[in-house]
Amino acid sequence: MSGANRRTPGRLDRAGIAKLVAADIPPGSYVNLGIGQPTLVADYLAPDAGVILHTENGMLGMGRAAQDDEVDHDLINAGKVPVTETPGASYFHHADSFAMMRGGHLDVCVLGAFQVSFDGDLANWHTGKPGAIPAVGGAMDLAIGAKQVYVMMTLFTEAGVPKLVPSCTYPLTGLRCVSRVYTDYGVFALGGNGVEIRETHGIEEPDLRDELGL
Amino acid sequence: MTTICESADEAVAGVTDGATVLVGGFGTAGQPVELIDALLRNGATDLTIVSNNAGNGSHGLAALLAAGRVRRIVCSFPRQKDSYVFDELYRSGRIELEVVPQGNLAERLRAAGAGIGAFYCPTGVGTPLAEGKETRTIDGRDYVLEFPIHGDVALIKARQADALGNLVYRKTARNFGPVMATAAKLTVAQVLSVTEPGSLDPEVVVTPGIFVDRVVACPSPAVLAEEGAGA
Repeated sequence: MSGANRRTPGRLDRAGIAKLVAADIPPGSYVNLGIGQPTLVADYLAPDAGVILHTENGMLGMGRAAQDDEVDHDLINAGKVPVTETPGASYFHHADSFAMMRGGHLDVCVLGAFQVSFDGDLANWHTGKPGAIPAVGGAMDLAIGAKQVYVMMTLFTEAGVPKLVPSCTYPLTGLRCVSRVYTDYGVFALGGNGVEIRETHGIEEPDLRDELGL
Repeated sequence: MTTICESADEAVAGVTDGATVLVGGFGTAGQPVELIDALLRNGATDLTIVSNNAGNGSHGLAALLAAGRVRRIVCSFPRQKDSYVFDELYRSGRIELEVVPQGNLAERLRAAGAGIGAFYCPTGVGTPLAEGKETRTIDGRDYVLEFPIHGDVALIKARQADALGNLVYRKTARNFGPVMATAAKLTVAQVLSVTEPGSLDPEVVVTPGIFVDRVVACPSPAVLAEEGAGA
């Protein structure tokens, strides 16, 4: 639990979090960005970094969102939004697409989360509330398959309850699978040494530790 | 041998009550809407549907659900912005749901098509979706035993077939088509066009005709887009 090595006075917005994630993705990586907030990361990847985006519905080399007459409903991303091809893109069927995940071929995936535990358990598919319709999609496959699983989320719920927790109370997506957590108040590395605070934003480290019970 | 059918109705003829029907598509991309419409007209009911999603808007798979033909659906991601037909059926207890992680859905179909009896898979270990399932530790890693999903019928959509049933697809509309084609007793493909043998480069055929029983040309398929998604 070494001290934070980077701090800024202000809490980050979603774009700020996405920039941090993008900066931590090694050049040349094969990357899957989960639906929702993680798709923002694509906007901050350096064009010359050679990062190749995978989408679970059968494509490597996914480009930006399609506009106007580029829209082709046979060319969509995991969030079912029309996208574009980059040069060198490829298409493949679902079993191959998930072999890329489950076989450990993807370098990084970026997912949203309801909760992450201190030892890297992930809960991001189901609230378990009455009337909620469970829908897992590819989340469990990504969680156990990618070499590095980065989570991007707000650190607290709207009610102010921490989402980085000693033990998840929501139904789990995967066990001990998250390596880093990027949030509005800080960046955390999870692993053998417990929770390491890498960065703080808009909060002092001792206060952050207090809030999270670290 | 692959039969080239004159109509979508002919292509789905013989699907019976209680059948397990594999339906291709990811959302609306690759969804064989004309075959689903024909299945509606066919009248088969008490169906089990295996598909990634549980219908979008009010057409295609959603229309089959709305007509009360589906007893049970096996899918990875039923809840979507425009899955209101399914949502209503589910909340009122009129449809059974089995949620399957998307990779397990694909691999269980692949296993069925490849004659695999079951397989150990790391997805879902320690989660509610593995409860009650056999687990095993192999080389220090935990796995869950997963079983194949066999279809009585597969309804898929491809771009083009030759007269021998060899298929090529279009962009991300390929998705589940190739694995579903292998996993059913009767595989039916709707395509934009059927061409002569030799018209497809053998190097680019994605689904060889051995997996395809019936083909029908639907040159102007409905273009459904998820409501509220993107442009």
